[in-house]
Amino acid sequence: MAIYRLNLPLSKDEVKSLKMGDNIYVSGNIVTARDDAHKHALELYEKGEKLPVNFKELAIYHCGPIMEKDQQEKWKVVAAGPTTSGRMELFQDNFIEKFGTSLIIGKGGMGERTTAACRKFGAIYGMYTGGAALLAANQIKEVLEVHWFDLLGMPECLWVLKVEDFGPLLVGIDSHGNNFFTLNKEKTKQSLPNAYKIIDEVLGAN
Amino acid sequence: MLLKQIIIDSTVEILRRSATKLPKPVMDAMVEIKNTTNDEGALLQIQNIVDDAFLAMEESKPMCQDTGIISFTIEVGDHFPFKSELKDILKEATIQATTDIPLRPNVVDFFNGNSGNNIDSRGFLPYFYIDLIPGNDVKITAMTKGGGSSNVSKLGMLKPGLGLKGALQFVIETVAEAGPSGCPPYRVGVGIGGGEDICMTLAKKSLLKPIGYRNTDHKIAELEEALMKACNELPIGPMGVGAGKTVIDVNINLAGRHPASLPVGVVLSCWALRHSSVKITAEGDVEFTEY
Repeated sequence: MAIYRLNLPLSKDEVKSLKMGDNIYVSGNIVTARDDAHKHALELYEKGEKLPVNFKELAIYHCGPIMEKDQQEKWKVVAAGPTTSGRMELFQDNFIEKFGTSLIIGKGGMGERTTAACRKFGAIYGMYTGGAALLAANQIKEVLEVHWFDLLGMPECLWVLKVEDFGPLLVGIDSHGNNFFTLNKEKTKQSLPNAYKIIDEVLGAN
Repeated sequence: MLLKQIIIDSTVEILRRSATKLPKPVMDAMVEIKNTTNDEGALLQIQNIVDDAFLAMEESKPMCQDTGIISFTIEVGDHFPFKSELKDILKEATIQATTDIPLRPNVVDFFNGNSGNNIDSRGFLPYFYIDLIPGNDVKITAMTKGGGSSNVSKLGMLKPGLGLKGALQFVIETVAEAGPSGCPPYRVGVGIGGGEDICMTLAKKSLLKPIGYRNTDHKIAELEEALMKACNELPIGPMGVGAGKTVIDVNINLAGRHPASLPVGVVLSCWALRHSSVKITAEGDVEFTEY
């Protein structure tokens, strides 16, 4: 297992060199986006309308944070761990293709469609520890912009955040078609008979 | 102070404790996993979990941004002065807690958007489980359970012919299928019997039992132990990195069933298993449950 510290946006070479199972820490700008933000961004794109951010320059973070305004009326992060990425499987491949995002951050992994898009368009998926919302908040140094707040609400809108040494992110999907989560799901399935055996023993003994 | 105000303040406090303080037995379980894990990837994850939970306690901030759809379990004594008003009082406390702690506004309506205060404009949320008990007190338990682990929970209306074996296999399958998605290490609540709604409620309520609690029926206690062992055969581990412990405890609530039905409810909790309780007497004395 290798550990790297990288600046955002990742270069094409960096994306290519990262392998499934590596861990990375990233510094630079990221943007939160969940179900509705993905959907809305793609709808605007289809209509040919202008988007408020350039997703190519930013890492996408599957996250719906708790934010509050400080006394100077400036937004600050209270808690900002990742949300389950699987829900964005509906949109992610299209999103990567249309916007050229090269780093997706979330938790729980993603499926075959995203894996194929990562391979085709040169992107990776990094898993942050689910629920570790305060660690993440500490690694977020500044709230740079907020978009679609009135439209989508606090958890669903776009928060552009400056992060420093954000991680560790486990490279769960690399740009070569490898998906740790799919492989491990298969391994988990294969271990079911062993698990069932334990139940059989106890039921047999009763 | 007026009793109403005491109930509001105490409810805000249990919501705060629930969101910010991982119950000690859960924390101990996480620390134990950290101390017994050799896998490098699993260690990175479990270390983050333990660090995050400590930070939350120190800074009194929510350990996870997903503070859930709020639900309250209320046990109302025969002679406690408030009865039907309790729901409105607890709604008021929820609104206050949402700004004070803060909690994430998590109640979204297809037509009206996010309510911004964790109250459902149609009156369904927060959700109340109400029970009637003898005595003068009210006991309120707040649960701030995240959506990620709820999304991987399951209801199985199995064929009775599959028997207990089928029911237990369904539990293991549910954990296997959840994999990394619901933020393991998990606590697993199982409800068997009753009906389609009852088994889910029984499963969810079993998450409130103390870690290590075993069913008083030793036959069921044995099944809880076996299920825990079986689930830990699965190569999931902290955050699904493929190694280390997957499940910290399993509890089963077994109820009678209709002869034609075998309902099985499986409710998973993420590592951030959050709840907190308070007892308030008719005189306004307050006693928080320490976990």
